[in-house]
Amino acid sequence: MTEEREIIIRPGMGALHYWRDIWRYRELFFFLAWRDILVRYKQTAIGIAWSVIRPLATMLVFTVVFGKLAKLPSNGVPYPVMVYAAMLPWQFFANSLTESSNSLIDNANLLTKVYFPRLIVPAGSVIVSLVDFLISFVILGGLMAWYRCLPDMKIMLLPLFLIMAFFASFGAGLWLAALNVKYRDFRYVVPFLVQFGLYISPVGFSSAIVPEKWRFFYYLNPMVGVIDGFRWAILGDAFPVNWVGFWLSVLLVLLIFAGGVLYFRRMERSFADVV
Amino acid sequence: MSTVITVENLGKKYTLQHQQRESYTALRDVIANGVASFGKRVAQPFRRSLNAPPSSLNSTSEEFWALKDVSFEVKQGNRIGIIGRNGAGKSTLLKILSRITEPTTGSVRIKGRVASLLEVGTGFHPELSGRENIYLNGAILGMSRSEIRKKFDEIVDFAEIERFLDTPVKRYSSGMYVRLAFAVAAHLEPEILVVDEVLAVGDALFQKKCLGKMKEVSACEGRTVLFVSHNLQAVRQLCSRCLLVKAGQLVADATPVQAIESYLQFDPLCEEVDIQARIAALPQDPAFRLETVRIRQEGEVVSSLGNGAPITVGINYRVLRKTKGLRVFLDLVDDEENLLFRTFHDEDSDGIDVMEPGHYHSEATIPADLLSPTRYHLRVLATVFNERMCIPYPGLVFPLDVERTGRSNRAYLGEPVRGKLAPFIPWQTTVVSSL
Repeated sequence: MTEEREIIIRPGMGALHYWRDIWRYRELFFFLAWRDILVRYKQTAIGIAWSVIRPLATMLVFTVVFGKLAKLPSNGVPYPVMVYAAMLPWQFFANSLTESSNSLIDNANLLTKVYFPRLIVPAGSVIVSLVDFLISFVILGGLMAWYRCLPDMKIMLLPLFLIMAFFASFGAGLWLAALNVKYRDFRYVVPFLVQFGLYISPVGFSSAIVPEKWRFFYYLNPMVGVIDGFRWAILGDAFPVNWVGFWLSVLLVLLIFAGGVLYFRRMERSFADVV
Repeated sequence: MSTVITVENLGKKYTLQHQQRESYTALRDVIANGVASFGKRVAQPFRRSLNAPPSSLNSTSEEFWALKDVSFEVKQGNRIGIIGRNGAGKSTLLKILSRITEPTTGSVRIKGRVASLLEVGTGFHPELSGRENIYLNGAILGMSRSEIRKKFDEIVDFAEIERFLDTPVKRYSSGMYVRLAFAVAAHLEPEILVVDEVLAVGDALFQKKCLGKMKEVSACEGRTVLFVSHNLQAVRQLCSRCLLVKAGQLVADATPVQAIESYLQFDPLCEEVDIQARIAALPQDPAFRLETVRIRQEGEVVSSLGNGAPITVGINYRVLRKTKGLRVFLDLVDDEENLLFRTFHDEDSDGIDVMEPGHYHSEATIPADLLSPTRYHLRVLATVFNERMCIPYPGLVFPLDVERTGRSNRAYLGEPVRGKLAPFIPWQTTVVSSL
């Protein structure tokens, strides 16, 4: 850290060395994520249990409403397992979105007092949600053992879908984080988005029941591809993936992510002045 | 010595929007404004060019240059003080130097690692323990984990908090909190340290320790320090050079003594705002109410006082209920907030007086040939002995600009008067024997 280096500060020069700076500040990134995780489990009375109870409760409700009352098909897989396998990526996405959209505001005191690449703040929030995801994943293991449905080799592909979920969450999170700094009423938009998204994504039902004529619009929701991928990797061929729709989702995820990074970078310069 | 910081024509513009009541933009406002201006355009398609501002947003925004055309250079190992009034642009300058915000014009070149300490305990989390916060805060200030681990014991020693290392900092006393925060910062090893007004917190002893540490770091290890403070004494002690910022511009770049001098000359610390308004703004006391204060010389209310004639301070006040030990008093302080003298309205009395309810007028006379031709501050205060302050510190503060009119050898008028006070001291000199 003692190497001689020259910093030039000039209007509009924020971009220079940005990615190198991110690398240089990687430790801060880990510390911020570590802080958030630590604080999270220190502050809440039930701590870790919280990240278990939430998806379980939602799963229960969905199983009763969609599986028992509406009697939607579950292709031979126990309904709770089908819901929970989709619940995982969705919770990850929803948590990341909520956390990262507030992350800059929550860390306003840091933004106005210290320099670091601002990108690491929302990135840290996504990491925290990832920890929750991993905890919930263990529950899935237990649930599948209970219902005796074993995954096949396709589960090896799960990390790929997780990466896709990560980029979707991070990309959307970047958009919302930056927008939230500029327009504070976005904090009211986010919970609505999350709630709305839960019903247009195949969490409580499977993609197979979506009518053909709506398919195109249905797949415009990038989480559809992610969730379908998760189900396919975990539960096997009972839930075939619509690959055209899937690649459309992938494309959208990439667009959202790239757009998110660009927009965030553009807004970043003024964060300290407006936050 | 090499140049480590070069600042050229630096400027920072902010756009103020008067229309908004809230400090942030709300999407609904943007939409509402858009709809309103669109509506206007639709309703009056031909009159648009007549309305000078095309959008309703622009009509209420105003440009404000927090910094303008600032240029200077800093050599390695310099300790530079930056002084100026609130809002002069000091903090904006530091924020640009520490890359928190971008300049609008100009450029800065910095050689070496910069650590900025714009606040004590940035990023401290109340729920985390002292140990955890040391790591977190260190990382925020730019230290690597191995660096922190290496210095951990030193930091704990400096902060004197060994016993509380594993206690959440929310249970710390404010003194412990500040000590811990400063200890982390003091063990940073940047080439350039940027410090903003952080010594304002913390007790005097600790402040001294910190100043000493900064001086030591700069002198022994050739580190550069940029230091913003309102504490002129500290600037004078620590710095080798001083920049004076006024209304966004650099107006002096000189030795601390010279810069402080010109700061105090053109920048009255406390303007002659409406005294009555300031009195009205004082907190209410159940037994005492200040009504007016008048400072006169030879019967006149004057803006500039001479030290050749007595100055009278007349204080009108009401005592609302029978009070024992109520004392009105004056503090005369110099430009660095050192107390020169304190005088009570009952100096002549020999007991603890009881004041009956009523309307009172107390007048103090500061004798001629006592003050120095300089700027003082006079504080008007009141207390109930052993019980409470009726006017809390710093009281009602008046600037006193004193000019030289008093007795002194006129042949030496060109020489500055040294000393905070210049009482006329009678001398007797006799020839004991001639050679």
